[in-house]
Amino acid sequence: MTKTIPTISSTSIRSHGGARASRSLPAGVPPDTIVKWFRDMLLIREFEVRTMQAYQEKKIGGFCHVYIGQEAVAVGCTAAIRPDDPMITAYRDHGHALARGMSSRHCMAEMFGKIGGCAKGKGGSMHMFDRANNLFGGHGIVGAQTAVGTGLAFATKYEDEVINGGRSDRVTLCFLGDGALNQGVLHEAMNLAGLFDLPVIFVVENNGYSMGTAIERGTTMAHDLSVKAAAYGFDAIEVDGMDLIAVYEDMKAFCDSCRAASRPGFVDMKTYRYKGHSMSDPRKYRTREEEEHFESGDPIGKLRDVLLSAGVLDEAAVAAMQKEVRAEVKDALQWSEESPAPGIDELYHDVYVERWGPYTGTSLPEMLREEKR
Amino acid sequence: MANLTLVQAINLALVQEMERDDRIILLGEDVGLNGGVFRVTEGLHKRFGGHRVVDSPLAESGIIGTAIGLAMAGLRPIPEIQFEGFLGPAYDQLCSHAARMRTRTRGAFTVPMTVRVPVGGGIHAPELHSDSPEAIYAHQPGMKVVMPASPYDAKGLLLSAIRDPDPVIFFEPKRIYRAFREEVPEDEYTIPIGKARVVCEGDELTMISWGASVIQCMQAIEKSGRSVELIDLRTIYPFDMEAVAASVSKTGRAVVVHEAPRTCGFGAEIATRIMEECFLSLEAPVQRVTGFDTIMPYYKLELEYLPETERIGLAVEETLAY
Ligand SMILES: Cc1ncc(C[n+]2csc(CCOP(=O)(O)OP(=O)(O)O)c2C)c(N)n1
Ligand SMILES: [Mg+2]
Repeated sequence: MTKTIPTISSTSIRSHGGARASRSLPAGVPPDTIVKWFRDMLLIREFEVRTMQAYQEKKIGGFCHVYIGQEAVAVGCTAAIRPDDPMITAYRDHGHALARGMSSRHCMAEMFGKIGGCAKGKGGSMHMFDRANNLFGGHGIVGAQTAVGTGLAFATKYEDEVINGGRSDRVTLCFLGDGALNQGVLHEAMNLAGLFDLPVIFVVENNGYSMGTAIERGTTMAHDLSVKAAAYGFDAIEVDGMDLIAVYEDMKAFCDSCRAASRPGFVDMKTYRYKGHSMSDPRKYRTREEEEHFESGDPIGKLRDVLLSAGVLDEAAVAAMQKEVRAEVKDALQWSEESPAPGIDELYHDVYVERWGPYTGTSLPEMLREEKR
Repeated sequence: MANLTLVQAINLALVQEMERDDRIILLGEDVGLNGGVFRVTEGLHKRFGGHRVVDSPLAESGIIGTAIGLAMAGLRPIPEIQFEGFLGPAYDQLCSHAARMRTRTRGAFTVPMTVRVPVGGGIHAPELHSDSPEAIYAHQPGMKVVMPASPYDAKGLLLSAIRDPDPVIFFEPKRIYRAFREEVPEDEYTIPIGKARVVCEGDELTMISWGASVIQCMQAIEKSGRSVELIDLRTIYPFDMEAVAASVSKTGRAVVVHEAPRTCGFGAEIATRIMEECFLSLEAPVQRVTGFDTIMPYYKLELEYLPETERIGLAVEETLAY
């Protein structure tokens, strides 16, 4: 693989987004698949809107970071890799969980703090895990997951090459926010990945802010993040994260090349979170005009227009799909409501694998027990 | 004299001390324009400007390391870490550098910085946003660890921490940030580091606690109807053994209450010191009411984890009945 760094024109940080038309449908992808992506985005949006409501009704506690606006990123990236490729992210993780195939019931119940949650209701919004779908979390410490992602790629490469005696054949998608660019651990992880040729792709979900800090107030070279990857000797691309087709096409090509070369990659994924950082954020650090600019280029609306004008879907089909995801999320809420809270004995579960001292052992979350059956 | 919350008392202390000493610099994630995640530094950016109230990148190791440099060069940095769980990335700078600098340089350099950190559970937050790691830092020679349990104490202790020539971790119990108000004088006053407060006097049993748990202890004592002497340590390290020994020698019984996990929690140290210094006065084994030796759970189990009045009350009864 060539080590040329694509030159990305120095654009101002928030010059992306807005009501640009989407790319046309990607060649070679069955229309049904694209419809499924569309449905996934609709589902995440509906799920997050209801999550916010449930939070306001105090059914969800703690901290809650919703994904509204960024749906095309998780869905498009998931579409660009294989189910056996590991994925790991930070705490804004509901979208990744749903895109990877976690049921909305287990995802919602986790936030409700109920035993039916993917982590038995003991983790909450930031801790989505799905073993069967190769989602390795869901982690609350900004940046920490980047070294873990590097380790996941190390493991797949080792397994493919050393244990199975073949070629390294999997890539790991490691998501991080733009705020995580400033954590030392990312730079250690990138150096290690570059040094050892590890197939990990660092996808920076660059939504322009970490809490109230605009990216250019917290990060050097914010207008050209590719230089960070260049420092560690690997390729970088910039992707329009507000356009699902762009995310899919650009990520597919990039993941394929990183997979083939068993090399790390870096993605400046330009996106935007429509809502506050968490549920208690008055968003004084940005203007309403800016928010409207991005909302006018909504990824869901863009893909809908493409699907409609290509004749893949008609208005009635879109409406039916909307109804369907509404029903699915309603069911998830109901199910979460009815799922019991973890009992006090759960305090002692899952600390160590064996009985030891006062602990009573480990029991799998319902989600994993279901899969085992 | 104003009726202030803990948050307001800390804010007032910062304002007054920054007015007095222009070597003080605040730095941390969103402490400036946004006034901090818990709004403790609200208004300070406007008042003192961006060169004294510095919005830092999201980088705890960098924040603390930079503060160490500022302090060694003669300034008085007050870095903020948003939650106790994020001390992790800064641990190396805190324990390998800040705490050891005086010894390492044989007194040629010191690190007069005060690290402000919200601490503890009770606000429905998950792990890493609800932990109580005070014992970890108390275990580090060279570090001082302070935790107020009231607005009045917060102001006085913060001034002492800022003026202290050594590094201090100033833990702010987030559960009581806005839970109640108290009269806090406008005038300058300090509360010395290392001095406990007797919250209420009693002669049957000594209860020792700190941070938000002090409130639970007060409730448990009231409910029990017994004559319990409650000591709020206020400083975890160096802690006021004199006050503890004086009280236990009088009552002969002691219960220690803290949110942190039991094993190697600071209660273990206190119990040992009581055993060493008050052995002949003891009428019963020292009891501990603590969090469990497990990771702090998400909110449905939070109140089971934290020492609540019922568990504290039970320990009082047991110790008295021994
Ligand atoms: C080590 C650490 N420091 C601070 C925080 C508190 N915190 C949580 S999210 C966040 C902002 C992160 O922004 P970004 O990485 O851009 O992700 P986004 O929220 O935009 O998805 C901060 C400061 C944390 N969780 N971990
Ligand atoms: Mg961001």
